[in-house]
Amino acid sequence: MRIGIDVGGTNTDAVLMDGQSVLAAVKTATTRDVTGGITAALAGLQRQRAFDPAAVNAVMIGTTHFINALVEADRLAPTAAVRLGLPATASLPPMVDWPERLVEAIAGRAYLCHGGHEFDGRRIADLREDEIQRVAEELDRHGVRSVAISSVFSPVNAEFEQRAADILTAQLPGLAVSLSSEVGRMGLLERENATIINASLRELAGQIVDGLADSLEGAGIRAPLYLSQNDGTLMDVDFARRYPVATFASGPTNSMRGAAFLSGLETCAVVDVGGTTSDIGVLRHGFPREATTEVSVAGIRTNFRMPDVLSLGIGGGSRVRGDAGAVTVGPDSVGYRLAEEALVFGGATLTATDVAVAAGRAAIGDPGAVRDLDRSLAQAALARIARDIGDAIERIRTSPEPLPVVAVGGGSILLPDEIGDSGQVHRPEHFAVANAIGAAIAQIGGEVDRIFPVEPGQRQSVLDEAKQEAVDRAVASGAKPGSVRVVEVDEVPLAYLPGNATRIRVKAVGDLQMEAVRG
Amino acid sequence: MAELLITEADLDDIAAGAAILGTGGGGDPHIGRLLAGAAVRAGGPARLVPLDTVPDDAVAVVVAMMGAPTVMVEKVPSAEQAALAVRALAAYLGRTPTHLVCAEAGGVNALVPLVAAAELGLPVIDADGMGRAFPELQMVVPTLYGIGATPMSIADEKGNSGIFDTVDNHWAERLARSATIDMGCSAMISLLPMSGAQAREALVPGTLSLSAELGRLVREARAAHRDPVAAVTGRLGGVELFTGKVVDVVRRTEGGFARGEATVEGLGDRTGERLLLRFQNEHLVAVRDGEVVATVPDLICVLEAEAGTAITTETLRYGQRVRVIAAPCDPRWHTPEGLELVGPRYFGYDHGTVRLGAGTVA
Repeated sequence: MRIGIDVGGTNTDAVLMDGQSVLAAVKTATTRDVTGGITAALAGLQRQRAFDPAAVNAVMIGTTHFINALVEADRLAPTAAVRLGLPATASLPPMVDWPERLVEAIAGRAYLCHGGHEFDGRRIADLREDEIQRVAEELDRHGVRSVAISSVFSPVNAEFEQRAADILTAQLPGLAVSLSSEVGRMGLLERENATIINASLRELAGQIVDGLADSLEGAGIRAPLYLSQNDGTLMDVDFARRYPVATFASGPTNSMRGAAFLSGLETCAVVDVGGTTSDIGVLRHGFPREATTEVSVAGIRTNFRMPDVLSLGIGGGSRVRGDAGAVTVGPDSVGYRLAEEALVFGGATLTATDVAVAAGRAAIGDPGAVRDLDRSLAQAALARIARDIGDAIERIRTSPEPLPVVAVGGGSILLPDEIGDSGQVHRPEHFAVANAIGAAIAQIGGEVDRIFPVEPGQRQSVLDEAKQEAVDRAVASGAKPGSVRVVEVDEVPLAYLPGNATRIRVKAVGDLQMEAVRG
Repeated sequence: MAELLITEADLDDIAAGAAILGTGGGGDPHIGRLLAGAAVRAGGPARLVPLDTVPDDAVAVVVAMMGAPTVMVEKVPSAEQAALAVRALAAYLGRTPTHLVCAEAGGVNALVPLVAAAELGLPVIDADGMGRAFPELQMVVPTLYGIGATPMSIADEKGNSGIFDTVDNHWAERLARSATIDMGCSAMISLLPMSGAQAREALVPGTLSLSAELGRLVREARAAHRDPVAAVTGRLGGVELFTGKVVDVVRRTEGGFARGEATVEGLGDRTGERLLLRFQNEHLVAVRDGEVVATVPDLICVLEAEAGTAITTETLRYGQRVRVIAAPCDPRWHTPEGLELVGPRYFGYDHGTVRLGAGTVA
């Protein structure tokens, strides 16, 4: 058995799963210390379906706690950034593109030192130990407890980041160190930004992970604990302490993966219809397609592995205007005031929910309140919604083949039973706890993202080499060796570079090697 | 037109417009935008002067980045490095530059002179050498006037610099490219020293302010829920060739250049039609249902269908909704000498040029 838990900003959801079946599912309120909500959720599972804590093999937790801490600039540690790259890169020091408010929130300090590599692995400059030692003295003097180290082209060669970390921790044993080569991919500033964010969250991560472990222990569960990462794979507790930033996009990822799992589809579009927007994403082989562009988090440009989600201004609270001949739906919405402003709730605003009720799609509030609504207007509004969502699915899919659609969220009553050439719309049970299920079914991943020289005729062998490396990384992270498969390969030849340099990204995933219960 | 002061607030528009004029290549202007922002914050607004006000005895030099945009996002260039290139050229010339010039209005190089301007305290001429982006340094209108790209300088971030004095502008490209690779695939170059009289004759005027205007048009159209693509097309005096969805992208690398093709399947009025885009860093040829409808040297810009933002050849992906526009280039590119330098045959295509509004030219 395993337990999946989703700690959101508002709710903490938990599911108890055995293989593919959901044995119990509960929803509780999130508490500020996180642990209270989890303890309540675990007790809820016990009440719904009594289980032996010793029979739980693993607990997977997805949380938006860390991204919320950044957005709210709350509980961030004083942080320094050390970049190894001089004499290059000096014009754009660390945090150059950050909102001032967040630089202040982390009391951010930036240091530039010699080091870094060229794209082909040559050194830009040697690391200078005395420079790093001087940085250590500075950090000590200013009471900095967490540091982010970045080095130019560290995805190609991370030796300098590692050596700088060794020198700093030799002088400051308590210092928390985050390495950019462990956090992000190519793109110095974006990778460095993600690393600095990570460093600022390290202390909070320690507290939260301790809290999570305590609440499990309190419930008598001694199984290993994992946290969900942005790409829908798992990390163990030690990694989570060191790299909390890897949880940032786990919310939407778990939600999409959970929905797909519940509908039994590995490749599909997931449409999550809320009150104001519809979020549409695509899963291939059970994993969300990742955004290829930079993602801005709290005003900071990063290059995390984030799912590619298209948001449309269509939700249950969207305002409906016009007549049957020319109807518009959204993008403005009554939002959380739906329960006061919609016609079916006694309000005076025509919303998408009202037209769904008028058309007999759902029985919400007082259907009598929309009895006199023009039927052709209601049909026109729903047709408009179906067309817009259908277009968005068309837009986001990755191949010409029709893509099945899974609809979740409170506003999914707005969707018809069939959309475009996608056929029947799947509406799974338990979708309210899709995030927790997404956490519970997560696998272990391994990734490669580097520039490879590809000589003529060598493309296949280079690709094979990259794939094997990704598989090996997944196994090293705890995947069951036979179960690992490559789920994503992306190769982009680089312009203006000699030697047919190609950037290759490979992702492999496998099932979690379920260890015997510890102790 | 009077001198303009470029402040940090203008840079987003210039970067967005330069991405459009980049016709899919020229590198993502984001890093250039950040560098120019840092330079303007430190050194004050950059001065942009109209081409027709540059005096005869001015000493104008191009300053540009050479290398791989993908390297530049990792080994971020510095303002000092750009200034070093200009100073190295000045020392060799034995003359002090009075104006900086933009090599290409498209992509990252639209912003590099603004980066160096603050460091050197020099004005930038509102003009460029191409009126768009091209991959090689001899592909500038001044080459058509017999103006030498050299003496030129090249500088890396380590403090290395060098001078080339070559027999023609093709050799300048070739030697500088080799040095750039040894410098880690990212170098700053300063070249094309011109008198003010030469600059006025041979540069493409008004292209930096055009970039700023294009960026502003897209931003304003979006805010007013008008069509940004139509605004861009109108400003460039171009035509919308196609609207559709990218259904296939094939890439390969040949000789250090990313070549490829993208197929766009028509939507709306274009349903049932197909557009094939052939690119080598930049979009070079557009073929609609088997007919070549646009080629270099005219501009072929691929824009995100609704937002109007430029899509580079490296970020083209299956499923993107795009609109493809063609716009006239500087007319001098359509002379026989111009086409020899940048026509479709130079890029290895076995057909003549299609000039917007004029049909096929052998």
